[in-house]
Amino acid sequence: MKILNKVHALNTKDMTNHIKLVLSTLLMTALIMSCSNDDDNNMQNQIDFSGTFAQQDQMGRPAVNTVFVSSSSKDMFNTTIPSQQNAAFQTMFQTNLEGLSPAYANPGDTNALGLDAATFTGLLATDVLNVSLDGTTTFYDGTNVLTGRALADDVITVELLLIFGGEDFSENPGLSNDNVDANDKPFLTSFPYLAAPW
Amino acid sequence: MKNNKLILGIAALTLVGFFMISADHIDAPAVQGGSSDITDFYAFQGEDTNNMVFVANVQGLLSPSATATATFDENVLIEFNIDTTGDNVEDFVIQAIPRDGKMYFFGPTAPTATGLNSAIETMATQSVVDITTYGTSANVATNAGMRFFAGPRDDPFFMDFAQYSAIIGGTATSFNNPGSDTFAGSNVMSVVVEVPKSMIGTSGTINTWVESKRKQ
Repeated sequence: MKILNKVHALNTKDMTNHIKLVLSTLLMTALIMSCSNDDDNNMQNQIDFSGTFAQQDQMGRPAVNTVFVSSSSKDMFNTTIPSQQNAAFQTMFQTNLEGLSPAYANPGDTNALGLDAATFTGLLATDVLNVSLDGTTTFYDGTNVLTGRALADDVITVELLLIFGGEDFSENPGLSNDNVDANDKPFLTSFPYLAAPW
Repeated sequence: MKNNKLILGIAALTLVGFFMISADHIDAPAVQGGSSDITDFYAFQGEDTNNMVFVANVQGLLSPSATATATFDENVLIEFNIDTTGDNVEDFVIQAIPRDGKMYFFGPTAPTATGLNSAIETMATQSVVDITTYGTSANVATNAGMRFFAGPRDDPFFMDFAQYSAIIGGTATSFNNPGSDTFAGSNVMSVVVEVPKSMIGTSGTINTWVESKRKQ
């Protein structure tokens, strides 16, 4: 019985190898045939990466274009390179910030970072995300400010606090926190970090 | 329930008529709802703290059923930009472009030209990952010390957008407590890259942003 089993196993193995051989032969044939119509036998070079790609959207910090750019200028903001954004948009940002938030209504008003409307919008108008190479990366964690953006950072509440919260985060409490503090799924500790889709 | 919330959120968006939604989702007329619409950008230190992770999300507000058929657009280049010198001009780019079910990556590399128009930097380090399909576990590729992912993910963004819209629209005067996450139950198409920090600088602060660029 044991011997019979062994024979049977051998036959199965032979059969498997035979199938593998047939499959690989078929695969080789398919590869050769698909290459045969091309002068270049390097399959990799058949992928077309040519052409010019023109900018349509860009983003550094969250919600900047959404909140601070006037409707008619949103496409223009997306196609202005960051090094030219301050000159083109800081004034608009300041006007929109002052229109949106009573926390900057009086002369000398600042947010909790000590920035008045002009300096705060001067920072935001250049829409890049500042990222530290040296340690903690967070939009704001109570200690570190603008050293990156982690998945769990409550960026909207941070921005609402800086827009509406005044010098000590106490002004306009009904507007400075949306009271949604976390994602609807836990993030992963390892790559790719984002949760699987619903 | 989650889907109902999403539908309500979309309905609110339509009614209010604002583009004021989320981190960058449908932020501007030319890109809203299209394949080049960036919804979010993240940059953070990796699980291995010698590494930096970049995340670009596009095509927001995908319902689970829409996610199953969502694809990356082969005419849209996603480009991570990195300025190491403080002038807000990119010194390195990492490019991602899909071809036939795979996402190809080039870089990090000094771009041939900076600014609004790009060519694909085919002479740079090339990496590739099979785009993960909906309902399967994440495909992760590694090359030259880097990790790569492309495919659908839960939208990591959270916000009570509906109430924000009501406030901006003048029908409410404050947020609710607790609030309601308008983005609960919705997905995005994600590109995730993890690179050794040594490839993009030494120490200090870098400035980063992501761009979507369409083939002309």
